[in-house]
Amino acid sequence: MRLLATQQSGAGTMRGGAFPQHSVRRIRPSRLVIHAFLLLLSFLFLAPLILMISASFSSETAISQYGYSLFPRSFTMAAYQYILQDPSQILTAYGVTVTVTLIGTCAGVLIMALLAYPLSRKDFFLRKPLSFYVFFTLLFNGGLVPLYILVTHYLQLQDTLAALILPYLVMPWYVLLLRTYFAALPRELIDAAKIDGAGEWRIFFRIVVPLSRPALATVALFCALVFWNDWYLALLFINNSNLVPLQYLLYQISTDITVLQTSSQAFGVQVPALSAQMAIAVLAVGPITLAFLLVQKYFVSGITLGGVKGD
Amino acid sequence: MEYERPAFPPSPKPAGVIEQRTPEHHETSSPPVASQSTSSCDVQEAGQPKLQQKHPKQRRKGWHWKQNSTLVSMAIPGLLTLFIFAYLPMFGIIIAFKDYRASQGILGSAWVGFQNFFYLFQTDDARRIVFNTLFMNALFIVTVLVASLGIALLLQEARQSNTWLARFYQSTLFFPYLFSYVIINYFVFALLNTSNGLVNHLLMGLGMHTINWYASPQYWPVILTLVNLWKNAGFWSIVYLAGIIAINPEYYEAASLDGATTWQKIWYITLPMLKPLIIINVLLSIGRIFYADFGLFYQVPRNVPQLFPTTDVIDTYVYRTLTALGDVGMSSAAGAFQAIVGFVLVLGSNWLVRRTDPERALF
Repeated sequence: MRLLATQQSGAGTMRGGAFPQHSVRRIRPSRLVIHAFLLLLSFLFLAPLILMISASFSSETAISQYGYSLFPRSFTMAAYQYILQDPSQILTAYGVTVTVTLIGTCAGVLIMALLAYPLSRKDFFLRKPLSFYVFFTLLFNGGLVPLYILVTHYLQLQDTLAALILPYLVMPWYVLLLRTYFAALPRELIDAAKIDGAGEWRIFFRIVVPLSRPALATVALFCALVFWNDWYLALLFINNSNLVPLQYLLYQISTDITVLQTSSQAFGVQVPALSAQMAIAVLAVGPITLAFLLVQKYFVSGITLGGVKGD
Repeated sequence: MEYERPAFPPSPKPAGVIEQRTPEHHETSSPPVASQSTSSCDVQEAGQPKLQQKHPKQRRKGWHWKQNSTLVSMAIPGLLTLFIFAYLPMFGIIIAFKDYRASQGILGSAWVGFQNFFYLFQTDDARRIVFNTLFMNALFIVTVLVASLGIALLLQEARQSNTWLARFYQSTLFFPYLFSYVIINYFVFALLNTSNGLVNHLLMGLGMHTINWYASPQYWPVILTLVNLWKNAGFWSIVYLAGIIAINPEYYEAASLDGATTWQKIWYITLPMLKPLIIINVLLSIGRIFYADFGLFYQVPRNVPQLFPTTDVIDTYVYRTLTALGDVGMSSAAGAFQAIVGFVLVLGSNWLVRRTDPERALF
């Protein structure tokens, strides 16, 4: 902060406000310091990722001799060869994660939007009580033990894909967010459609959904992130190795590389444990990194997408 | 209410509400946000304010019911999911007051009153997990607030000289938010691992003693704070940057005319204008102070028992006693304690929010 204070005081030409088009052409030294600092900070934020990628391309001996480093001392693909030799386990985990993410996101967004829409309608006679019903789950929850007993003892969902999807299907925060968004759509459109004889379902799918594409996309993105990154439900409910999602497989590998049943173990070949762990981690973050680069503006807009009220 | 462009005095919009002026939010953003729509509503119906409320009642009753029943049927899948996965577990809190036997089910098990709670609070664990949860969350609230505000202010300065670079910083700083704690555990392990970790190799290079990080609990409050900052600071700096961008530039213009320095503008304009947003966010985090981030506290310390003195929190304790020890009584007592105290804190903090700024209160 002290850096900012060093700026010259006669900053009459400079605007502190939000006008990027007024950008100052001459670069002040203090500005350079700010940029240098942010650049360094950005590097620090990316460093762990670089460390991971570098380790995945390092040889096992280099890691155990020199430790992890930001640049591989000797470039090798051995770790990837090792884990991709018999990729069936990783592919299964990938399959589980992709299935869960796809089903969970599509079903979740549909169900949440269908729930949010009636709550956004001022003429819906159950709007207030049902909004509170959704909202209350944000304030109070039963915690882990009742959920665990419910899913394993009463619903008998352990070792099913449903156990990885259903608990996260309806996220109250996003329901209320969608409700706020729907409520702001012009009422005249809905009334006009009604006069033309359109039913509620038709209005929802033909008018509300197309007009709310940005909000739905953002909610879908955050839902997909939740499902893609989830290991918690698997930790609680999954024992069957065919239903292990990617993140949970990574968790298992982080403590014990031999969880990965590749053929080389049978021949007693030395396991490149340290680099192989990192290689799998790279394979797991790859898609999410790509997705982020493509749709990052939706993430940013999602964070600032309006407040949530529970009245 | 609010107008599109207040003349004077300009009132800042609550951040979180998208500002149309910002170029990066322009295409993606959603102009019809709640506050704007209500304001336009008010303008239109200023003359006849009661009309909208009477609206449905003027319709014929049969039509009203049929239309509403369609709306109910739309909501049913979501309501049902919430009932099963949110409301049923709420009733499950009674497990804490029972001697749960799987064979007898929840309802069939015998009531034992507060016995489970007595057992829980007789142990040293109770003091430790409550202290760690509160202490670590307090650390997180303060550090994330300071760091994200600082980053937001720097980003705002950077935006004025190079928008493209500013956007690059913003994306990079947000990036760690995308990683699960499993992946973050890999990062932290690569840094702190005793024999191969980058930090210990750096320490050796500097001629210092290496540290066995995963056996030294005293360092972990700092490590976890840094990890939490790394993951969440970018997210919150976007929130605060949106708040800064929403401040009317006329304030800054007036200040510039009076010869204010950048530092003075930050101190006398930006921070006071952000104050409501900051207060709300802090109060809401205080409302959640009894809930720890399970992923952070379970994955990053790798569940190492030597680290429990500083890293064991209510959430990890509940999980461990339930799954490793199979002690449903203790575990559900800790969970119920957390749920009830947490609920009281949320209500309390919301009450405070409503007193400072009713618009921003949750309910």
